[in-house]
Amino acid sequence: MQDIKVVKTRPEPEKKIGKHIITVKVQHNFGVLARITGLFAGRGYNIESLTVGRTHEPNIARITIVVEGEERVVEQIIKQLRKLIETLKVRDITDLPHIERELALIKIHTENDRARDEIMRLVNIFRGKVVDVSQESYTVEITGDNDKIEAFIDLIRPFGIKEMARTGTLAMVRESAASKEGVLD
Amino acid sequence: MQMKKKRGADIVVDVLVSEGVDTVFGLPGGAIMEVYDALFDAPFRNVLTRHEQAACHMADGYARATGKVGVVIATSGPGATNLVTGLATAYMDSIPLVAITGQVPRHYIGTDAFQEADVIGITRPITKHNFLVTDIKDLPLILRQAFYIAKTGRPGPVLVDIPKDITQQVSEYRIPTDEEVKESLPGYNPHTEGNPVQIKKAAELIRKATKPVLYVGGGAVLSDAAEEVYKLAKLTNIPVTTTNMGKGAFPENDPLSLHMLGMHGTYYANMAVYNADLLIAIGARFDDRVTGKITEFAPEAKIIHIDIDPASISKTITVDVPIVGDVKTVLKKLIKELESKPVEWIAARESWLKQIQEWKEKHPLTYRKSDKIIKPQAVIEEIYNVTGGDAIISAGVGQHQMWAAMFYKYSYPRQFLNSGGLGTMGFGFPAAVGAKIGRPEKTVFAIEGDGSFIMNVQDLATAVQYRVPVKIAIINNGFLGMVRQWQQFFYDSRYASVCLSVQPDFVKLAESFGAVGLRATKPSEVREVLVKAMEINDRPVLIDFVVDREENVLPMVPAGKSYREMILTPKQKSEAETMYLVG
Ligand SMILES: Cc1ncc(C[n+]2csc(CCOP(=O)(O)OP(=O)(O)O)c2C)c(N)n1
Ligand SMILES: [Mg+2]
Repeated sequence: MQDIKVVKTRPEPEKKIGKHIITVKVQHNFGVLARITGLFAGRGYNIESLTVGRTHEPNIARITIVVEGEERVVEQIIKQLRKLIETLKVRDITDLPHIERELALIKIHTENDRARDEIMRLVNIFRGKVVDVSQESYTVEITGDNDKIEAFIDLIRPFGIKEMARTGTLAMVRESAASKEGVLD
Repeated sequence: MQMKKKRGADIVVDVLVSEGVDTVFGLPGGAIMEVYDALFDAPFRNVLTRHEQAACHMADGYARATGKVGVVIATSGPGATNLVTGLATAYMDSIPLVAITGQVPRHYIGTDAFQEADVIGITRPITKHNFLVTDIKDLPLILRQAFYIAKTGRPGPVLVDIPKDITQQVSEYRIPTDEEVKESLPGYNPHTEGNPVQIKKAAELIRKATKPVLYVGGGAVLSDAAEEVYKLAKLTNIPVTTTNMGKGAFPENDPLSLHMLGMHGTYYANMAVYNADLLIAIGARFDDRVTGKITEFAPEAKIIHIDIDPASISKTITVDVPIVGDVKTVLKKLIKELESKPVEWIAARESWLKQIQEWKEKHPLTYRKSDKIIKPQAVIEEIYNVTGGDAIISAGVGQHQMWAAMFYKYSYPRQFLNSGGLGTMGFGFPAAVGAKIGRPEKTVFAIEGDGSFIMNVQDLATAVQYRVPVKIAIINNGFLGMVRQWQQFFYDSRYASVCLSVQPDFVKLAESFGAVGLRATKPSEVREVLVKAMEINDRPVLIDFVVDREENVLPMVPAGKSYREMILTPKQKSEAETMYLVG
């Protein structure tokens, strides 16, 4: 067809990629977690971390999801989460003042006394705890935001990490800021 | 409140009665036998189909034609997995269904028991919601929630999986009230009203627009908003294009109608959208079959988008004025707002409508006629004539579906039924049966492909058994025609696996089921057989229309391309590569 000579295009919104922290309050029915993870898997969205746990309210659980993605995709994820029948509240708290915490258990190889000393020093600086000791290892518990844990891992990596488990990020909006901005509805 | 004591299966029937169900479709098996035992005495119709997929499509066709919730029942394992395509079909087109499936007894779940399948897991992404009943105390509430979720907000299918032991268990129960159902779903609150500020903004854009187009989708049909769409179009004098799913939301014989847009849209609809300065999307979701290349869709238009589903808004295309709400409710408010400050609508549209008229005259919807060979489009036009334009049409998927969409002119909502979203071959005929059961006063035509029809042919038995006098027009081109067309256009005419070289004799096939079979092989016979078919009203009639084998559906915007690249006129096969010219 040659009726249209001049090509016109819609202005495309620029693609912004970033990390988002999404908190979800759900009815704690069985299968609800599968619904949420299924939503990510089926659409090819990648989850960086996902944590679930009970809350003080009966039958209500809270999920914290960390995703990295394009703005439009993240927006779609949030809308899809809201669409689920069992979700009560979904918030992207990335840009709100918030607290982020993650717990990691790391079993570190202890070559010799020097290594033991050095590891202890790092654990103290990071305000971690040694929770188990054996001939060849320390098991360390450390909490903090993602950056802090990554930094710690980088520092102890040379000693040899035998095993590691992380909870994934938990997050909560800071009360003061929340009330100030009136976002706690 | 007085409590009754009943078997789980009887509770199921009681809730169905309380929901006003008049027909259920399905097929029994071990895990659902108790429910079937209860259905034996149910005060509503229970249609035994020959395949669960057909049962699901029948319930779907019933729902599309009536606006009520369709109900389908199947057994565990294979019965439930046979529902999958039907559920996905309904899910994609937002059709309210409740599917009830039997499950193995609770103590067998997770043991790979006979006919056990994780139906909740399988159907999770293709239902609006699903439930596994784990306690008989929850059964009445879950069933009521299922109906409520299916029909409110953006409608969709909901599945309830009931272990056999629960259907057998006897328990005290009471049917929860509407209030209790709502309160039990605190996370489910569809926004219906529409934001008044946004509605004002939309009205302002409409007043200022010089080249506006209404782009109306299935949401307008689902929300029963045809009247409001008509009022809005007439009030503001704005031309209307509908999607495949939106057909009937605006009468196609109205001068403001641009007919369908998109891949197989009319030249004038696509030109209008391409050149529009305002696009008012109503219950439509910017599907890729509509938009083509997204960056060139309505490239200069501001966009207003009215939709009940927030997730549909700005999903593929960023819109200027999103309005989340029920289409009917929002349109009522929008019309009121526009009426409060009217402008000279007639004068404002003069040049735009004149331009559109020129496009309509330049490339009307047409085809090469023949008096030697039956043209598929001619069959559709003749069906239109003999039914006075009043029949409900249900289509399969393929070329015949597009011709049914293009050459029958639809005038009321719920008149054209087809699998728009999933594109399910095998949908048309069973959906027609469901539609005819729901709307017995209407003539119902299944316009089917020779490939599509075969996919649920077994349910001719159901239509005969229940004396459902649907008409089935098979557009028999001996090909999986739509795939053949794509191969011709885009794969150098390499016809890989599309020739249906062995076929049943459709007339004898129909007769063997106890239906009437007719055939037309010459253009002169088309009207004759249709008139004959119209006279038969006690059983299904199948007409085998032997048509031009290599007719193509045109116009066509190749997948993912801009409207600029629309193919308008048929050319020789050898020129396939040059069929479309980049503007
Ligand atoms: C269940 C299913 N399988 C495959 C397809 C892909 N497909 C789309 S159209 C088509 C051909 C349909 O043939 P027919 O029913 O004879 O219709 P025609 O195009 O010839 O009119 C096929 C195979 C589909 N849509 N659905
Ligand atoms: Mg065919």
